[in-house]
Amino acid sequence: MGAWLTQLDPKLQELWFNITLHNNPVMRSFMVAVLSLVFMLVVVLVAIWMERKVAADIQSRIGVYRTGGVLCFLLQSLADGVKLLLKEDLRPRGADKWPFYVAPYLVFLPAFLAYLILPFSATWVPENLKVGILYYCAVSAIPVLGIAMAGWSSNNKWSLLGGLRASAQLISYEVPLAMAIIAVVALHGTLQTGAIVQSQWQHWWLGLITLPSFLIFLTAGLAEVSRTPFDLPEAESELVAGFNTEYSGMRFASFFLAEFSASFFISALAVTLFLGGWSLWGIDTWFAQHVFGWNTASWFTADGQLIAANIPLLMKAFWFVVFVVKSFVVLWVLMWIKWTMPRLRIDQVLNFGWKVLLPVGLLNLLAVSVVAALLMGRGHSQSQQISLPAAAIYQQYDNNPTLE
Amino acid sequence: MLRDFRIPEFDAPPVELPASEVDHDTTIVSMGPQHPSTHGVLRLMLKLDGETVVKLVPVIGYLHRGTEKLAESRTYTMVIPYTDRLDYLGSMCMNLGYVRAVEKLLGVEVPERARYLRTAIAELQRLASHLLWLASFSLDLGAATMFIYPFREREDVLDLFEAICGARLTYNYIRFGGVLADMPEGWPQRVEKYLKLQEQRLVEYENVLTGNPVFVARNKGVGRISGEDAVNYGLSGPSLRGSGVDFDLRKHDPCDAYGDIDFKVCTASEGDCFARYRVRMDEMRESIGIVRQCLAKMPEGDVLAKLPRAIKPPAGEAYARVEAPRGIFGAFVVSDGTNQPLRVRFRSPSFVNLSALNQMCAGGKLADVVAVLGSIDIVLGEIDR
Repeated sequence: MGAWLTQLDPKLQELWFNITLHNNPVMRSFMVAVLSLVFMLVVVLVAIWMERKVAADIQSRIGVYRTGGVLCFLLQSLADGVKLLLKEDLRPRGADKWPFYVAPYLVFLPAFLAYLILPFSATWVPENLKVGILYYCAVSAIPVLGIAMAGWSSNNKWSLLGGLRASAQLISYEVPLAMAIIAVVALHGTLQTGAIVQSQWQHWWLGLITLPSFLIFLTAGLAEVSRTPFDLPEAESELVAGFNTEYSGMRFASFFLAEFSASFFISALAVTLFLGGWSLWGIDTWFAQHVFGWNTASWFTADGQLIAANIPLLMKAFWFVVFVVKSFVVLWVLMWIKWTMPRLRIDQVLNFGWKVLLPVGLLNLLAVSVVAALLMGRGHSQSQQISLPAAAIYQQYDNNPTLE
Repeated sequence: MLRDFRIPEFDAPPVELPASEVDHDTTIVSMGPQHPSTHGVLRLMLKLDGETVVKLVPVIGYLHRGTEKLAESRTYTMVIPYTDRLDYLGSMCMNLGYVRAVEKLLGVEVPERARYLRTAIAELQRLASHLLWLASFSLDLGAATMFIYPFREREDVLDLFEAICGARLTYNYIRFGGVLADMPEGWPQRVEKYLKLQEQRLVEYENVLTGNPVFVARNKGVGRISGEDAVNYGLSGPSLRGSGVDFDLRKHDPCDAYGDIDFKVCTASEGDCFARYRVRMDEMRESIGIVRQCLAKMPEGDVLAKLPRAIKPPAGEAYARVEAPRGIFGAFVVSDGTNQPLRVRFRSPSFVNLSALNQMCAGGKLADVVAVLGSIDIVLGEIDR
């Protein structure tokens, strides 16, 4: 490839080094957070636009066609956001002041925090936590509190019903969601999101074993982000607008933002855990080698691990695009479901969660665990293939702080 | 300050149930008059135990316009547009009910062609009305896409109506002794084109809804009412036929051309929301057949009987009823021999159907109320009148 690229790579590394004040950990975390936030906001912007366009397409309409014609009317979401920012922030008489004010941020913040563990590209993980998946499970439990607070403090019976529905539903579906995730963790032997992607990259056939987990994850995920057929917390035709009935302006926008951000996150997590993350299953490296003439052999260690420093920036950027596109494809499927399905009833939702999804999830976990154990028992040792690489990657990340 | 501006009535607790009904285990929720799925300005006072409905009391009157009283100070002809505004989704049938009552008083013979036209128009109206029902019912259940599809086809019916009478919602088309105007040129072909499309689209709707497990789960066994109860409550239309009662005025008291047309009365025996859904879907197919037959058998001739300009029926009273999309619409007209009716009274199907709501909803969940309300397909315009 062109010389400009080989020059660009170290220059950007240097820029990052300078921005983060010579890799000051506080500054680094701050910059990572800012970048993640920007990414999230842009993604939400696109997701809202996409939702409207997909819905319009399914319903044989045109959809948004007012603002930002050059950008395929992408700016409509931005204009709506600005409008919401400028609107009066109303608090109903009799509302419980502080819970009412704090609730939207309790929903919004975890939706953002979850983004920190997404492996956007090889070695691009905002915070490469050793317990990444566990961290997500913890963070994703917080919004329930915010929603319940919003429902309770609004002094509105519809909000209260919405809040209670949300609490019941989200808590119920966290369990099967966790079951699906644990199956993946058991198979790949790591909690680190980046390592899970690498493991899938090396052993693509593991994706076939996790297919049932993927379906369980997607179903429970739909319920977690309250999309149709599980959109009961804000069931428009029953509860007016559910827990956010009384919210307006920026606080409403926070709920809205959190909802779409969570939807994208669930899609991105599905991609990470089941669909190979940022990789294109080897097609990408084949092209890099044969079409672009890169020396892909130097990207790997002898046992197939990525050497981050040797991978050109362009390749990482390409993987980043692959990851985002894949996530949007999954999000598109979620939208597709949303605009086809009617809504379930609350007792049906809870029955389905506890009596169908949870047993199925447990059985699946059992089956996957058996498979994982068998793989480990085989001659070529699962622990070397999968668990050890995970540890190696972890060390790689840990010893080389400039990689990100 | 705007924030301090208060309307005292709005501060009063919204309790319409007697105080004896209020206890500490239940909540009283006012659903409406502003609520997305009460189909207008209906208000339901719900007594909820968690999400379970203990009791439901409809509060009506928010759309009362005094149509019947107004009719007493209008000439007979001037009343027809008021009937348009009763069931504004079945205006043609509302016209028809009132006009037929006055025709009984006048003793006028309606020309053959007008009778076939009326039948065809009434069935097209039924199609349009059922399409809108399907749309709003789907939306009530959360299926936003099925809200759009039937509206798309309803638009075609409205275009047909616009072509024949110039209006899209309030038609004022059925007149004493016939109809306002004959079909414009090419209209039957347009109708046929639409009917063909509609037949395909009905299959499309069923593909989306009928087999959908979520849709079935939300409707099967919900809002059940037995045939006996349905008759006792005086239900009519698809709400009655959904409970297995084979009663349709088009068959059992045929007016206009219905006697000469071959069609079957659609019934379903379960009496739940799904049965009412089935009945309406089947009725749409039957309606398509009826319109086709009407157009095929349409005789030549006048569409309006010769009548004096000022309508002055002889003193007396008459009652006429038609099978409107929502059930039996009856009009009772008393004449004292002047050019204005002495008394007009309408029997509106939704009003009667609504009375069975508590029976259907009690014991169900809050979400079922929305489903049941959607399935009995009320229009507030005729409930409040």
